[in-house]
Amino acid sequence: MTDPTPPSDGHRRSRRRFSLAALRHHIGGLRSAGVRFALGYAVLFWVSAVLFLSVIWWGTAELIERQVEASVAADARALSERWTDGGLSALALTIEDRLEDNVDDDALYLLVDRNGVRVAGNLPSWPEAVAMSNVWYQLTIRRAGVRGIAEVQGFDLPRGYRLLVGRDVRDRTALRHLLTDTLLWAWVVITALALLGALLVRKMFRRMVSSIARTTSAIAHGDMHRRMPLSGRGDELDEVSEAINEMLDRIARLMDGVKQVSNAIAHDLRTPITRARAQLEYAALHAHDEGTLRAAIEEGVNDLDNITAVFEALLRIAQIEAGARRSAFATFDLVPVLQDIVELYEPLADEQDIRLVPRLPEQVKFYGDRSMIQQAVSNLIDNALKFSPQGGEVTIAIATGPDLLHEDRPDARVATITVSDEGIGMSEADIERASERFFRANAARNTPGSGLGLSLVQAIVQLHGGTLRYIRREPGLSVRMTLPLPQEASKNEVADMTQDSPTSHAHDKET
Amino acid sequence: MRILLVEDDPTVRSFVAKGLTETGHLVEQADNGKDGLFLAVSEKFDVIILDRMLPGGIDGLRILETLRAQHNATPVLVLSALGDVDDRVAGLKAGSDDYLTKPFAFSELLARVEALGRRSRNETVPQTRLEVGGLEMDLLSRAVKREGQKIDLQPREFRLLEFLMRHAGQVVTRTMLLEGVWDYHFDPQTNVIDVHVSRLRQKVDKPFDKPMIHTVRNAGYMLSAD
Repeated sequence: MTDPTPPSDGHRRSRRRFSLAALRHHIGGLRSAGVRFALGYAVLFWVSAVLFLSVIWWGTAELIERQVEASVAADARALSERWTDGGLSALALTIEDRLEDNVDDDALYLLVDRNGVRVAGNLPSWPEAVAMSNVWYQLTIRRAGVRGIAEVQGFDLPRGYRLLVGRDVRDRTALRHLLTDTLLWAWVVITALALLGALLVRKMFRRMVSSIARTTSAIAHGDMHRRMPLSGRGDELDEVSEAINEMLDRIARLMDGVKQVSNAIAHDLRTPITRARAQLEYAALHAHDEGTLRAAIEEGVNDLDNITAVFEALLRIAQIEAGARRSAFATFDLVPVLQDIVELYEPLADEQDIRLVPRLPEQVKFYGDRSMIQQAVSNLIDNALKFSPQGGEVTIAIATGPDLLHEDRPDARVATITVSDEGIGMSEADIERASERFFRANAARNTPGSGLGLSLVQAIVQLHGGTLRYIRREPGLSVRMTLPLPQEASKNEVADMTQDSPTSHAHDKET
Repeated sequence: MRILLVEDDPTVRSFVAKGLTETGHLVEQADNGKDGLFLAVSEKFDVIILDRMLPGGIDGLRILETLRAQHNATPVLVLSALGDVDDRVAGLKAGSDDYLTKPFAFSELLARVEALGRRSRNETVPQTRLEVGGLEMDLLSRAVKREGQKIDLQPREFRLLEFLMRHAGQVVTRTMLLEGVWDYHFDPQTNVIDVHVSRLRQKVDKPFDKPMIHTVRNAGYMLSAD
């Protein structure tokens, strides 16, 4: 029997713990902000009420005591004056008078001679406890068979006479008890009120929070169309709700963007993947000789390479739009970067009988990502060359000037990089959609390209805080990137738009 | 060349190993970071090809950092599915000599591996003159001659020819040219490089009987004496 009842014991304990947990859950525990609020309210209310009651109690009790002392002192003074004026007989007479006039029957007097024999007053003998004069004594006295409590003070008179003046405070003590009782009852009621108030506060708090909690949890479970209800009072709760609604709108917009991109990816990647797949499958089934087979495989590989290129461009755009690439920002001169690109494309332009005309100033100090600017300008030149007719002209120009978009900052300056061609141009409707991912104008359907080039340019320009504009020309199109310049550098550069590329810079970097 | 290939994907590994063996290289393989690190540290290789993401706790960059910490200067080419510029920079900072993003064409990998192997052999002496067959280049006076006849080149053409001559007898891909000569790390889509090479050909090959700049189908270009 070494095994008593630990299972049942454990069971019971666990059950108790369970019910405790259930209770805690029901109340919410201290972790519940509502309960903390309510408790805080109750404690504050209770403590201030108790303080208030204590002040009343002490004040009243003290007042009663002082009243007694003041009247006794006044009596004693008056009686001693009588003694001085009229001697012993006058004093004894006055005492008798006073006792007669005393309606409340609470006055105590005793006048004794030097042998302790009573001369006048309503006390039988001098109490033994009262030894010293001018000191307060509290006595239990027996008068007419009734016990009472008295506050008395003894006074020495000339010739060995002694006077005792006091008040029977029985009634006043009763009053004090009554007061104490009343205050105690008040305290009980206040505690009950505090608890009730705490419950109310908790309930109110719950109601305030639960509408927010309900909506957010609905959204967390996928119902993205739910919004916080507004009371219209414009209070703090409405402020919170409005902020949450704004956040939800932003999230919804981002999600729409993601959805749009993934749809676009699905569409634009599916097509080449299908093509590659069909090609390979057809070759596997029908190719009769090695040559056909090889050709089909090569086509398939080419398609896969295209898919990779589209994929990479999308990733890059996504990354740039997320603003994650600011790490590579540095100050550099735009002019040699553009000269390099022009020089890279010049032979290609020559071959298509297109003149590539750079219009570049001496120097434009710029703050940004060099490699991204290279890519943006390359994309624009690439497009311009693609759509230019033979014998046409493509110009690449940089100009600097004041920032017209931000009139509040008069010293802000911008650089504009403009790539203009004399090609087929774009219709207004196409310009509207030019920066959309995968958008390709009808006229451009037959040229190679993924429809991502301008989206990438747009993303790069946005990352640099600039704007991208398409300007129709007759014939052709200008694409203008307006990029903000760093503040300190904007003074010392040459803003001459018409100046052609002056000198070839040092190309010959060592490897 | 003796090449160490550390790659966990069996298909990619056998594809690369087969290709390298066919072109006459000796390939050691490892399919996880631990074995890869062990081989890299204990044996001598001409080039190491490292996949960046490897199973077994030790990834490509860790192997690379360990090697470099031991002053092992074996050229390393990092293969990675992370094509981001920041990842490339991280790879180069860790001490890699080249970085290739998946998916890649085998010809691109081969060209880069051979360039790396060659570089490690030549790097000891800084050269002032390059010579391939009848073609001579003086890097100090920036003069180019073929069979004693002076050839006038634009600065960029000079750099292009220099790059080809430094990699004479090897395939040089368009991306390698774009990175090595122009320092561009993106694909410009159009055939800009082809036009530059054909211009260079006009000057270097056209006046002479035998062409030296050859086009290698599906891969790139090669400069050779014959």
